[in-house]
Amino acid sequence: MNEVINVEEDKLMAIKSKAKFKRKEKYKKLLIHLLLILGGVSMMFPFFWMVSTSLKENALIFQLPPKWIPDPIAWHNYPDAMETIPFIRYFWNTTVITVLKGIGEVFVSALVAYGFARFRFPGRKFLFLFLLSTIMIPGEITLIPVFIMWRNVNLIDTYVPLILPAFAGSAVFIFFLKQYFSTIPKELEESARIDGCNSFQIFYKIFLPISKPALITIGIWSFQGSWNDLMGPLIYLNSYEKFTLQLGLSMFQSLHKVEWGQLMAASLMTMIPVLIIFFVGQKYFTEGIKLTGIKG
Amino acid sequence: MNKQQLRKIYKKYEGYLFIMPWILGILIFFLWPVGYAVYISFTKWPILGSPKWVGLDNYITIFNDEQFYNSLSVTFKFALFAIPLGILTSFTIAFILNSNIRGLSFYRTIYYLPAVVSGVAVALLWRWVLDPEFGLINSLLAMIGIQGPGWLSDPDWVIPSYILVSIWGAGGGMITYLVGLKDVPKNLYESAEIDGAGFFAKLFKITIPMMTPILFYNLIMGIIGSFRKFTDAYILGGAGNQGKFYLVYLYENAFKYFKMGYATALAWILFIIILILTLLVFKTSSFWVYYESGEE
Repeated sequence: MNEVINVEEDKLMAIKSKAKFKRKEKYKKLLIHLLLILGGVSMMFPFFWMVSTSLKENALIFQLPPKWIPDPIAWHNYPDAMETIPFIRYFWNTTVITVLKGIGEVFVSALVAYGFARFRFPGRKFLFLFLLSTIMIPGEITLIPVFIMWRNVNLIDTYVPLILPAFAGSAVFIFFLKQYFSTIPKELEESARIDGCNSFQIFYKIFLPISKPALITIGIWSFQGSWNDLMGPLIYLNSYEKFTLQLGLSMFQSLHKVEWGQLMAASLMTMIPVLIIFFVGQKYFTEGIKLTGIKG
Repeated sequence: MNKQQLRKIYKKYEGYLFIMPWILGILIFFLWPVGYAVYISFTKWPILGSPKWVGLDNYITIFNDEQFYNSLSVTFKFALFAIPLGILTSFTIAFILNSNIRGLSFYRTIYYLPAVVSGVAVALLWRWVLDPEFGLINSLLAMIGIQGPGWLSDPDWVIPSYILVSIWGAGGGMITYLVGLKDVPKNLYESAEIDGAGFFAKLFKITIPMMTPILFYNLIMGIIGSFRKFTDAYILGGAGNQGKFYLVYLYENAFKYFKMGYATALAWILFIIILILTLLVFKTSSFWVYYESGEE
């Protein structure tokens, strides 16, 4: 019905002033593009500024008005920064923590989510509600008792306090994956069960492969969270050689007279892995937000 | 007990096998620490030695602690402006992006980028952008003859600085609106147009009501986020105590002054504040959050 009327209207419009209408649409689109470019450029400005500063000699950094394209280009800020803080070492440390945490968070969360999604055990409803309520309670409450616990078992200044809790799964990820698993049709596993697969095999051979988009999504979230985390390493790590990039960067600015060129170079290099992961996994990112069903 | 019975029992409890890591995690990293945190908050404990029971002393001290009120007011002031402005910005961007134009995914990436690269690197970037003398903003202002403020070094400008930084990262919320906008049934607009509804009528009568569940979600996240703001507040600081957000104050008490009992009491108050604010928002939600029939 609506369509019929719309078509009629369109016809009328077409006869009356097709050209005018088209021009109006075109101007509207042009205006939108203009707005978006303007906003986008101002969003990107700090990034340009960062790149520009990272390639400037010290003298050039403190020049007014600022030059956007440095001359000469001070590439040496990058290797210099990598020496000022043991960049490669911190990069490696951060990678180890991030990857191990990611494996734990993704795999264990999936395992637990599978348990909640596919088994009807006594106490299931209560435990799931409990899981949801833990999302609501800020982690700061357990911050100090957990710190004291790690101290009592002499594991301060190791990566264990940073990594091990990930192997208990993350409540948010469990919730998200449980929703996802619930949409997988039961027939799939029934035929596998007839073929003699046990529950774990079904999880491993059917649920994990089928949920790849969801797993990649939470993998990206986990990566982003661990890579950018400051508070954890700040609390648990004391020895310089064990620091992560975030911690190294924050020390960089307090230890030395601020060398903005080097500092921006180091910051930029710290961002790059997250940027790469984001660009590679971008598709999954938006998909994942759709899947979490924030609407309810 | 015969084999069949055993199998039956196993079947009944099999789910526990899968959720076991989470249950263990909850016991070790949640239930026990939460209980312990209640106790610690009633003690004086400079981390060395054993905790000394002081009853309600910590809580009484907190309510007479000027620094506590300061960090609370910094956090509240920030939240009061940053949350609405952030929602407005991210919604506006999403609204413009939702039109049928070319290069949509390109724009989306650009606007989302700042939300991806959080952490110390971004905080350092902003410290440099907001540098009173040679920073990007003030040198641009100087070019058009305006003397920019001291931003992070001027007590009056610290909170506006933080608001600016948080708006820059508003792209995270944008994605949620973008997903929501795509879900608004097209026929709603079509029938509204037939009834003669203009741009604003459609926006306020259809789009915004349909977006209220997402607004609600972002509002809650914004409140929690303000009280848990740490990394950029820790790096950026701010003139005097004007940049001392709640969590930074808590961190300092725990790991700089080693007042474990006091810091834990602060954590409980943080929890209660978040709880009250969230409940308030939930209570009002029936007046302004619109749920499609069938959902909830």
